[in-house]
Amino acid sequence: MSNAATMRPGRPALPEWVRRLPEYLTIWVPLLLSAAHLVSFSLWTIWISFTPSTLVPVAGWVGLRNYTAVTASRNWQIAFDNLLLFGSAFVLLSAATGLILAILLDQRIRGENVLRSIFLYPLAVSFVVTGTVWSWLLNPGLGIQKLVHDLGWTSFKFDWLIDRDMAIWTIVIAAIWQSCGFAMALFLAGLRSVDPDIIKAAQIDGAGPVRTYRRIILPSLWPITVTVVVIQLQFAISTFDLVRALTNGGPGIATQLPALVVYDLMFQRSLLGRGAAAAVLMLLILLAVLLPYAAWRYIQRRRGAHA
Amino acid sequence: MAALSIRALSKRYANLEVLKDIALDIESGEFTVLVGPSGCGKSTLLNIVAGLDRPSAGTIEIGGRVVNDVAPKDRDIAMVFQSYALYPSMTVRQNITFGMECRHVPKAEQDAAVGHVAKLLQIEPLLGRKPSQLSGGQRQRVAMGRALVRNPLLFLFDEPLSNLDAKLRVEMRMEIKRLHQRIGATIVYVTHDQIEAMTMATRIAVMHQGSVQQFADPDTVYRYPANLFVARFMGSPPMNTMPARLEAENDGPVVVIGAGRPDELRLRLRGYDAAAPFVGRKVVFGIRPECIAEGSRTFSSEAPVLVEAPVELVEPTGAETMVLLRLGGEPAMARVSPDIRPAPGTSAAFALDTRRICLFDPETERLIA
Repeated sequence: MSNAATMRPGRPALPEWVRRLPEYLTIWVPLLLSAAHLVSFSLWTIWISFTPSTLVPVAGWVGLRNYTAVTASRNWQIAFDNLLLFGSAFVLLSAATGLILAILLDQRIRGENVLRSIFLYPLAVSFVVTGTVWSWLLNPGLGIQKLVHDLGWTSFKFDWLIDRDMAIWTIVIAAIWQSCGFAMALFLAGLRSVDPDIIKAAQIDGAGPVRTYRRIILPSLWPITVTVVVIQLQFAISTFDLVRALTNGGPGIATQLPALVVYDLMFQRSLLGRGAAAAVLMLLILLAVLLPYAAWRYIQRRRGAHA
Repeated sequence: MAALSIRALSKRYANLEVLKDIALDIESGEFTVLVGPSGCGKSTLLNIVAGLDRPSAGTIEIGGRVVNDVAPKDRDIAMVFQSYALYPSMTVRQNITFGMECRHVPKAEQDAAVGHVAKLLQIEPLLGRKPSQLSGGQRQRVAMGRALVRNPLLFLFDEPLSNLDAKLRVEMRMEIKRLHQRIGATIVYVTHDQIEAMTMATRIAVMHQGSVQQFADPDTVYRYPANLFVARFMGSPPMNTMPARLEAENDGPVVVIGAGRPDELRLRLRGYDAAAPFVGRKVVFGIRPECIAEGSRTFSSEAPVLVEAPVELVEPTGAETMVLLRLGGEPAMARVSPDIRPAPGTSAAFALDTRRICLFDPETERLIA
């Protein structure tokens, strides 16, 4: 039946805006709501960061005093150093682990689907659960160290969780466990999109597997690598729940991260203005990562449109 | 010297036999085209020759050496792929030198070889560019340059022109043919395009359902197709084929189309001695469209056979006019002069070139004569 043909003359067309109402509702309402939350609360936080607010928001202008106070505090300095260490170690190791897993999975092995699901599964677990589980595993009295002791190797020592210098690495380990599957999935998609003819051509040219990966396949993955690094970096910068559940910033303040500092200032010490300043500093760090990425994407797209 | 000889080669995947008992001997300097519809196994065969796939049985010799257990890189071959398969992160120059780099050829030698090939293919200005900055035709040239620089015993081409637009395809077709004439390389070229096969090959292997139907020079394939598949696959439009009967008259065999109908067509055959055993039996009658022309055409010194046939459809192409008509009730395409436009629904006189008729056995589908 050709409904369209028989109905068109009989029924007047709906007004344009009525016909497109579902579109407007699904696009604009969520967009406006999230924009209102994101933009208005960001602006509000920026404003608060220049006020002398403590327990409750108050009007007033203190200039950059909150910022100087935050950046001068030992808490923030440790958090910032930790972020540099955690961010770079986590991003590099997670990308490397993901890439190795992807390359191994790409060898046409049996049970690939099962393995892929297993590696991706941690992503479905909340960071609080990851942090809690790893806090048990890494607890010398409960987890791995106890297991090895019980097996008879009593001199074995694995107490990074309570070691001031090594505790930050426990967060790195847990974060890699959680997110290397995500990197793997992206890299695997990239590996699968390499034209099989290119690999055949390399075979005829006489390139062994190492040279084929190093010279041909891996260079074609670098746009994906950038995406992985940026997504992981932004996760690293905003890490909160994982640390809160795993070490809660301890021992002492050895594993303090910026998000924990913000939480500490705002809700435990009731220094709203300083907390807001720390939050704005975090936002600036994020922008330092995201703006170059956005520019890079823009250039890539421009170049793609020309090619 | 045989550059490539394939003996008793077969390939099966589980229960599927994709290549059956292939035997081909290709002489040095030949341009062999493997042609067939998609899924006929031609690309699999090429991959096996390249060493990218393993045969289930049979041997492959390249330059007199059995290469079944030789790695692709040591087979002294070069391959051009349909997707060009250029390395995207390397420049044109690096693409061309990558193979030499893998073989540890000295840098000076590499540069000389690149210079030579770039000049031959006129890609010197492109050497610094990346593949993404090249047009389809330029990528095609680079892919050929990568193969040429190796100077191998055997070039393998896997549908190298299918990704180009029609105009460029014709240009590159001529260029590849010219290149072959100039450097005298041995080429095995896979395509599904019978025009490419006819225009470029010195010999054509027509493949269908995993076996070689006919392996001969283009003229023979066209004039004496080994079976009905080849007759219908080669040529555009393909050969007209229709059921007929062979009968004996006083002075030789006569082929009868639409026997018993009022418009029954009887054609006397001359020089078709091989058809004698089929007298009194059914055959398949085949005639190329260009062997049916307007009534005023003479094909040779002798008087042409003229028939009155109803015209159903006329397709002018500019260079010629294609006419769909009926011979003894069976549809057939005729290729007439461009300015001749018989009206559909009427009858017109057509001249038949009865020297170039093909007769096939309806059971085995093989060419009788």
